Amino acid sequence: MFCLQCDRVSFSYENQVVVSDLSFTVEEGDYLCIIGENGTGKSTLMKGMLGLKKPSAGKIVLGEGIKQTQIGYVPQQTLAQRDFPASVWEVVLSGCLSSRGLRPGFSGKEKQTAAEKLEILGIADLKHKSFKDLSGGQRQRVLLARSLCAAKKLILLDEPTTGLDPVATEDFYHLLLKLNKKHQITVIMVSHAIREAFAHADHILQLSQDKYFYGTTQEYLDSEEGKRFFKRCEL
Amino acid sequence: MIHYLFEMFSYPFMVRAMVAGGLLSLCAALLGVSLVLKRYSMIGDGLSHVGFGALAVASALNLAPLAVAVPVVILAAFLLLRLSESGKMKGDAATAVFSTGALAIGVMVISVSTGMNADLNSYLFGSILAMSKQDVALSVILSLAVLLFYGFFYEKLFAVTFDENFARATGIRTGIYNSMLAILTAVVVVLGMRMMGALLISSLIVFPALTSMRLFKSYFSVIVSSVVLAALGFGMGMCISFLYGTPAGASIVVVDLALFVVSSLFAWIRER
Repeated sequence: MFCLQCDRVSFSYENQVVVSDLSFTVEEGDYLCIIGENGTGKSTLMKGMLGLKKPSAGKIVLGEGIKQTQIGYVPQQTLAQRDFPASVWEVVLSGCLSSRGLRPGFSGKEKQTAAEKLEILGIADLKHKSFKDLSGGQRQRVLLARSLCAAKKLILLDEPTTGLDPVATEDFYHLLLKLNKKHQITVIMVSHAIREAFAHADHILQLSQDKYFYGTTQEYLDSEEGKRFFKRCEL
Repeated sequence: MIHYLFEMFSYPFMVRAMVAGGLLSLCAALLGVSLVLKRYSMIGDGLSHVGFGALAVASALNLAPLAVAVPVVILAAFLLLRLSESGKMKGDAATAVFSTGALAIGVMVISVSTGMNADLNSYLFGSILAMSKQDVALSVILSLAVLLFYGFFYEKLFAVTFDENFARATGIRTGIYNSMLAILTAVVVVLGMRMMGALLISSLIVFPALTSMRLFKSYFSVIVSSVVLAALGFGMGMCISFLYGTPAGASIVVVDLALFVVSSLFAWIRER
């Protein structure tokens, strides 16, 4: 069963086409890594999948039982958040908002969901800590927990390891892999950290100015684009 | 001391100032937490200058001051937020243009119509006598609106302030919350500026939030502490103003500043 499907999708900004005629299907349980140089439309595509930007042509379809607001989003951290006074609990709980509509407050069930997610990500002991006192890796786990509160099956990550040290980066990818394999969460990630991403992702989508590659990681490694890309990375 | 307090409340204008000003400073403190965290600290200052310009024009044309100033300042608030969102002009640059531009227009209008006199002084630095019965009524209505807004949408406001992109992705209409914030801030600024002064009103917005952020580390505690600090700063400022005959606006700001310095010091020592 598919989780998300892009059907001949194009995006443009004021007549400038950023993404054109892109099609791919993400199946449930997939782990997709989206790569590509700056300006090839990675962030635009991301916004499109989140429903924040309408495609100029084609359509993005979500799998059965997934509502647009139930995609767990892990955005890039902003500088403003680094000194934001908020406890880990407040941040994670805010992920439950999508299911609440206009009603104020949170129900016991939502609090339980938030507590479970903290447990899964191994940060239950940080619950009462302040977000700004955390390390980069811990913060990213908190944002991941928040996204899981919103998500039913699918999470979307935007450059999640930017600014993390190598150990924290490795930890984070292991965590993602655990979510993907053990908890059957479909993962779509935009990444610059090619090598680590390839180690875990099972599908690759490469965006470039004129053409796209979509396939399994093995197919990508065997393809012309893949070989060229890797050679460039090694230089 | 008690004797002085009794005396203070025996003047009707003091009671009006205490009620209206107190409620306004609580509203300003609540809105201020969101504004400061969204990096809009200077918006209050910009809006108060626009309010000054609008009040000057209104009084020169013999129009009702609030009927002119409120819509103009709301419009300015929208423009400022929209400009900084669209990225056409940096938010701080837009604020600078608005505030100096409106201030200059206001000064021109006042000097042509009535000549530079004591009026200007009370516009810029506020007057304790400025609060009318109508202001008291408006302040009560406004603070109810702000309290309802904060109480009912507390979780959404947190989400929108903490991470706008995530909030939008989870289906929160962030535009509406930002607009509400802009409108309420504009009204607080216009109502408060005649008592606090155009140059000082924005302190009610930023000081409680900044001081609280030195002391507390969760959003809820910062909100509660901001309200408490706003009340404390306002009450103490008014007492000082009454006892020593200093302008109310400046007295309140000086108390707020003292609270800020003390809590910064406290935070600094705690981190050692």
